[in-house]
Amino acid sequence: MKAVVTVVGKDRVGIIAAVCTQLAAYQVNVLDISQTVMQGYFTMMMVVDVSQSTLPLAELAQQMDEKGKQMNLSIRLQREDIFDAMHRV
Amino acid sequence: MLNINDILSTQDMIDKRHLDIRTITMGISLLDCGHEDVKTCARKIYDKITRRAENLVKVGQQIEWEFGIPIVNKRISVTPISIVGNTCRTDSYVPLAIAMDAAAKQCGVNFIGGFSALVQKGCTQGDWILMDSIPEAMKATERVCASVNVGSTKAGINMDAVAKMGQIIKKTAQLTADNDGLGCAKLVVFANAVEDNPFMAGAFHGVGEPETVLNVGVSGPGVVYHALQGVKGQPFDVVAETIKKTAFRITRMGQIVGVEASKRLGVPFGIVDLSLAPTPAVGDSVARILEEMGLEVCGTHGTTAALALLNDAVKKGGVMASNHVGGLSGAFIPVSEDEGMIAAAEAGVLQLDKLEAMTCVCSVGLDMIAVPGDTSAETISAIIADEAAIGMVNSKTTAVRIIPAPGKVVGDRVEMGGLLGSAPVMPVHGQSSAEFIARGGRIPAPLQSLKN
Repeated sequence: MKAVVTVVGKDRVGIIAAVCTQLAAYQVNVLDISQTVMQGYFTMMMVVDVSQSTLPLAELAQQMDEKGKQMNLSIRLQREDIFDAMHRV
Repeated sequence: MLNINDILSTQDMIDKRHLDIRTITMGISLLDCGHEDVKTCARKIYDKITRRAENLVKVGQQIEWEFGIPIVNKRISVTPISIVGNTCRTDSYVPLAIAMDAAAKQCGVNFIGGFSALVQKGCTQGDWILMDSIPEAMKATERVCASVNVGSTKAGINMDAVAKMGQIIKKTAQLTADNDGLGCAKLVVFANAVEDNPFMAGAFHGVGEPETVLNVGVSGPGVVYHALQGVKGQPFDVVAETIKKTAFRITRMGQIVGVEASKRLGVPFGIVDLSLAPTPAVGDSVARILEEMGLEVCGTHGTTAALALLNDAVKKGGVMASNHVGGLSGAFIPVSEDEGMIAAAEAGVLQLDKLEAMTCVCSVGLDMIAVPGDTSAETISAIIADEAAIGMVNSKTTAVRIIPAPGKVVGDRVEMGGLLGSAPVMPVHGQSSAEFIARGGRIPAPLQSLKN
């Protein structure tokens, strides 16, 4: 199963490294990354494969949310199919 | 391929526009819980609800995290208790309401609906007992919601039940006077009630429904409001199209969440209710959508037309997004639960008569309206009769949820708290309808052809 990780916050050194390290710790594989800086805000979107994740998806999402709070960022992990449902006919 | 703007727009809707799943409601049949001893019946009801809905809240929370979408309420609806209770040798169904309340608390749901009776054509012994039990049940329980269907397009209006419900509403207000008549906020009088409505206070699990079912109610007035801000001054064709597109997205979200929840709970998926359900939070108001269309204040001339467009476009957009649409599906206009409605009522612009006109084109009816505490039972019955007539003739669901707040007069405010919000006390006509209500009997079902 695929999920989408979005990271939004003030740009600084090491955001991608920290998020990827955290994901790797749970055996989550990164499939695609795109990032941009919009109005001074770092915005990153990753598509990840969570099928090997050592944590159930809901807990993984909570862990990433927690990590985001520690780093003063918004980190969200959501199932990919919600976006397909909402934006594709 | 996913587009970063699509992803960010979804998150923006959730973070800033109050997009959420308003409720996942599990319907549970209690048809096998009857027993001549009311205590045994109550125990069977408690056992069945707690067994079937054991994982409802847990699964709801898991899905919230996985999809990153808030599911604000997890609720339960059950078979109308008048049918189940009819098997008991008793003169009060209050013990059954208490069992429902205890089961709701055990399952962790905030409301349970189905303390209900369907009396559009006449009342069984059980129906009378249920109606008589409502005031005490609303006082004795915290989470139980009651509803009574007094009319339908096929059956006409049961005016004996209408007269009765005026008295019941008054009595419920008196028994819960300490909380401004809060009991009445959990009591709905319907015409053309639907069997698969996931929204409270009017949810019940109809007898045509399966053993258990999962229905989903979506929301998102804030998202529609924001979308319309982007098309200021443009013709109504554009307005309707914009609402449809937004409703489509909202409904798709409800569909995916509902299917997932039903799969995990092992319960068949019922319907998505395509509703715009406001909350008292700023930015989550249906009234503000109508104002965004160009009305200075909700309730002024043009409001009914604006609401008609909104209601229809929400349905058109939503229907294609879900494989089963049902429930009440449309825009709700509960006064106390909508920040813009409260403001319009307090400004004196939004009046009861205009609200009644609006209910001809909205999803339900006169909802969460506070009236003076000295409003007579007959006047409340007459308000119910008017509303039921609109539903009956137009083949739509209508309802009355009205709070004759004890000791309050026009200009006072009634505080319900939480999602129920607060309502300014609105004036009613002072002239009597007592003789009209005293007639009793039935208003015949209307003609359904020769519509020119």
